[in-house]
Amino acid sequence: MKGYLGIDVGSVSTNLVVLDEHDEVITSLYLRTMGQPIKVVQEGLRQIAETLGSAVEIAGAGTTGSARYLTSVMVGADAVKNEITAHAIAASRFVPEARTIIEIGGQDSKIIILRNGVVVDFAMNTVCAAGTGSFLDQQAARLNIPIERFGELAIRSQHPVRIAGRCAVFAESDMIHKQQLGHSLEDIVAGLCDALVRNYLNNVGKGKDILPPVVFQGGVAANVGIKHAFEKALGVEITVPTYYNVMGAVGAALIAKEAVSRTQQTHFKGFAVTEVKYQARSFECKGCANCCEVIQFYQDDRVIARWGDRCGKWEAMVI
Amino acid sequence: MKISFPRMGNSFIAFKMLINSLGHEAIVPPAPSERTLSLGVRYAPEFACIPFKILLGTYLEAIELGTEMIITSGGVGPCRAGYYGVLHQMILNDLGHKVKIMVIEPPLRDIFGFIRNVKTLIKPTRIGWRTFWHHLKTAWEKLVALDDIERISHQVRPYEVNRGETTKVYERVLQMLDEARNIQEITEARVEGERLLRQIPCDYNRPTLKVGIIGEIYVVIEPFANHDLQVTLESMGVETQRAIYLSGYTRDCFVFDSEHDVKKAAAPYLNELIGGHGINSVGETVLYARHGFDGVVQLAPFACIPEIVAKSILPKVSHDLGIPVLTLFIDEQTGKAGIQTRLEAFVDLLWQRRQMMEVRPAI
Ligand code: SF4
Repeated sequence: MKGYLGIDVGSVSTNLVVLDEHDEVITSLYLRTMGQPIKVVQEGLRQIAETLGSAVEIAGAGTTGSARYLTSVMVGADAVKNEITAHAIAASRFVPEARTIIEIGGQDSKIIILRNGVVVDFAMNTVCAAGTGSFLDQQAARLNIPIERFGELAIRSQHPVRIAGRCAVFAESDMIHKQQLGHSLEDIVAGLCDALVRNYLNNVGKGKDILPPVVFQGGVAANVGIKHAFEKALGVEITVPTYYNVMGAVGAALIAKEAVSRTQQTHFKGFAVTEVKYQARSFECKGCANCCEVIQFYQDDRVIARWGDRCGKWEAMVI
Repeated sequence: MKISFPRMGNSFIAFKMLINSLGHEAIVPPAPSERTLSLGVRYAPEFACIPFKILLGTYLEAIELGTEMIITSGGVGPCRAGYYGVLHQMILNDLGHKVKIMVIEPPLRDIFGFIRNVKTLIKPTRIGWRTFWHHLKTAWEKLVALDDIERISHQVRPYEVNRGETTKVYERVLQMLDEARNIQEITEARVEGERLLRQIPCDYNRPTLKVGIIGEIYVVIEPFANHDLQVTLESMGVETQRAIYLSGYTRDCFVFDSEHDVKKAAAPYLNELIGGHGINSVGETVLYARHGFDGVVQLAPFACIPEIVAKSILPKVSHDLGIPVLTLFIDEQTGKAGIQTRLEAFVDLLWQRRQMMEVRPAI
């Protein structure tokens, strides 16, 4: 059987999926990046290879996420795509009539506006972390609730408290204050969900034409409290796709499949790459006033890729 | 006297010549770098915008090179940029530097202040007004030539066959312009420079997109501030055009108001001066849409009021005229990777849109 591999390496999580020829997910994996993209990708591939055995042959591979270029060189990808496009492609494959995609991951949150399956507008959070997954993680830890229970607690609340959600720091101090006033845990947790949603809609969603069907994906979509808060705020029902937390990887796999359908061959280096020693190092070029930080990517002791230069002087040397 | 000035793109080549020809010693500040930014961030108020911080860092680096005086321009309209010179002066004094900042306001607004400033400059070196005008004119020619050459580089780069070649040739042409000493030599360098740039092997059949760049002047002009946005887009095969060049801007503020068209285009959406380049951002978007551009990128320093106002109006313009707009707010936290991701997604969006329109032509 043929399979298409998608890898999404972000700063918080690394996701891998393999799709079959009918775009069904055969296997998916969610790992923490922990600042070591190379190691995590190798580990992920090792696990994927194990589950797949010899039944599936990888006919195409695609990468996305902030480490997409690095990963693509490592595995020999057929397609490299930014995570905004990858998420949009995955969502519109599984919810074809989707017109709005809300995506909240650990570090980033984004909104993507689609019309007739085409991206017409998008935005990503810039400096604010109060609308992302790690903010929720932190507050859950502070309240001593496992993040999995967070959502069910929230939807049980009858009177959510209003928490200032403009910024993670304000939200935290306001929350402590509300706790001291004796509000129930449920109401505080629900208030936090509302605050995150308000923050998202004011920051990322501002000025965007949010129309249903709305798809909610990314790690935070598992949180029923947030989903509920969005439904309240937008007054529409929200769809969370089955593979909500690996949609970037799904998108990368779909794009890879499309790419190899044109080239009729894959560059995928095979699962043997888990055994190879990869390393990335950088140096500052002194060639001109730009002082570019040039990244060199080594396979064993050989440089196999370079990037980061503005003038093409270094990049051109490898190929 | 050792005189320095803000650095914005390649304009320093013209300013250097002017100051030297007035009998002073020009100190060219180093191109802004991470170091410049962190120096600026350390001593600037946190909520100042990024141009303020990079400029403060630039001044500190210029002072390290012995600068005694810094010449900068004022701001027009209700935007805090007008006070930046004053605030920079106070911060530098507090840090114990004796440097003096001379803020030159557009002569159309304050002709006497302008004369006073010029007098301070030409008196110590005993240069008469006539000679001063002559040098000013020469420097002006150089500034115009620099901008023209840059414009051509933006026309060529998206089509170049060998990646990076335009940048290389462009650097060489800048060198030639730097060495030109009088109007005749400047003209020769410009003509030769244009010839060299146009000779670069290009594939003009390659399909490209056209994107207009709008926003606040400093982040639009200085590549360090905008993470090399134009070159990044151009190496993705996108032709870019921007409305603001220093020579154009200076001409408008100092000599006559040629921004009439832009203001007229903006009028249905925004009919009031809001400072900075707010009105321009709206008007230019309208003009880019009318000229069939595929999209517009708005560049703005984080918390820049005029651009925030413009941003809130742009969705309407975008909707009415059917032109996608990507807004990028920039501060010291902004990373190149984030900008790259957004630009790549924007370019995907524009291609998809173009395809749609080809399949279903607009009625
Ligand atoms: S890589 Fe090229 S552009 Fe960057 S510093 Fe070196 S010579 Fe300059």
